[in-house]
Amino acid sequence: MDYTDSQLERYSRHILLKDVGIEGQIKISNAKVLVIGAGGLGSPALLYLAAAGVGTIGIADGDVVDLSNLQRQVIHFTEDVDKPKVLSAKEKINNLNPDVNVITYQKMLTADNILGIIKEYDFILDGTDNFPAKFLVNDACIFAKKPFSHGGILRFYGQTITIDPWKSACYRCLFIEPPPLDAVPSCSQAGVIGVMAGVLGTIQANEAIKFILEKGDLLTNRLLTFDALASKFREVSLERNPECPICGENRVINELMDYEQAACKIG
Amino acid sequence: MKLMVNGKLFETKEKTLVIDFLLKEKNVESPEMVSVELNGRIIKRDDFAQIELQENDQVEFLYFMGGGQNSYE
Ligand SMILES: [Zn+2]
Repeated sequence: MDYTDSQLERYSRHILLKDVGIEGQIKISNAKVLVIGAGGLGSPALLYLAAAGVGTIGIADGDVVDLSNLQRQVIHFTEDVDKPKVLSAKEKINNLNPDVNVITYQKMLTADNILGIIKEYDFILDGTDNFPAKFLVNDACIFAKKPFSHGGILRFYGQTITIDPWKSACYRCLFIEPPPLDAVPSCSQAGVIGVMAGVLGTIQANEAIKFILEKGDLLTNRLLTFDALASKFREVSLERNPECPICGENRVINELMDYEQAACKIG
Repeated sequence: MKLMVNGKLFETKEKTLVIDFLLKEKNVESPEMVSVELNGRIIKRDDFAQIELQENDQVEFLYFMGGGQNSYE
């Protein structure tokens, strides 16, 4: 791959890095990353992946931009309210870096369509906002052997872990199954500090870049948590759970399933 | 009795079941929203009411977190 002078200038601060260099930047240009959910976590992740020059970025999201999203979903602007999120995100990426080939999936991923989409990508970034989707992404990535980054945020807390299927602990190794619908806290307890999406989504993008570069240590077998009130990061060591229903010794999950999602409308 | 809970030293007067610890010490409203790693192993939700915490146990309470959007988190 030959870069033009303007591309060499655009990526010069990467190319200067010993662990990136021209070879690393070429890997980034050739990489395909799928971001599921163009929301809080997906917004900063998409912007940094695009700025870095990831050659192909897939964006999957079936929602339109809502005014209440703008407090944290920084890829969407006020003028984008009511626009499909994938289109809003694609426009920003095209403006930020025309080198990126953006592929949009304006739909909710389900047990029926997810495998066909993730198979086109090298690395998956879970930026979804609900548990049925998080379990679906995990299960699909385990079956398809696709490495992925999981992220979750709530109030002033966030956590992330990277999963190398069949080699490191998966999401179900930690959280066996979705919580029962009636256990989910009331809406008044939900909410999230906007910057949390930036902190966690950016760490997830970093995991994708490291995976592409094959540099450093991925966040496998360790859950990184961030407490924004205390300004403290913590790491919880984990390992594959022999009783994991999908990657454990006695697998009981043999196909994808769509869990029911609790309904809750704020205001 | 001394325990390590999410990396912090914790003292209790008496032995407690995991479920009681969650409800009383951690003031968790919905224990179903928590996953428990005890001495490096994830324990089943059904065992929260069976397993008693022991001296020097290392406990990690892991919380379900979504995306800050719709409820269910
Ligand atoms: Zn597993």
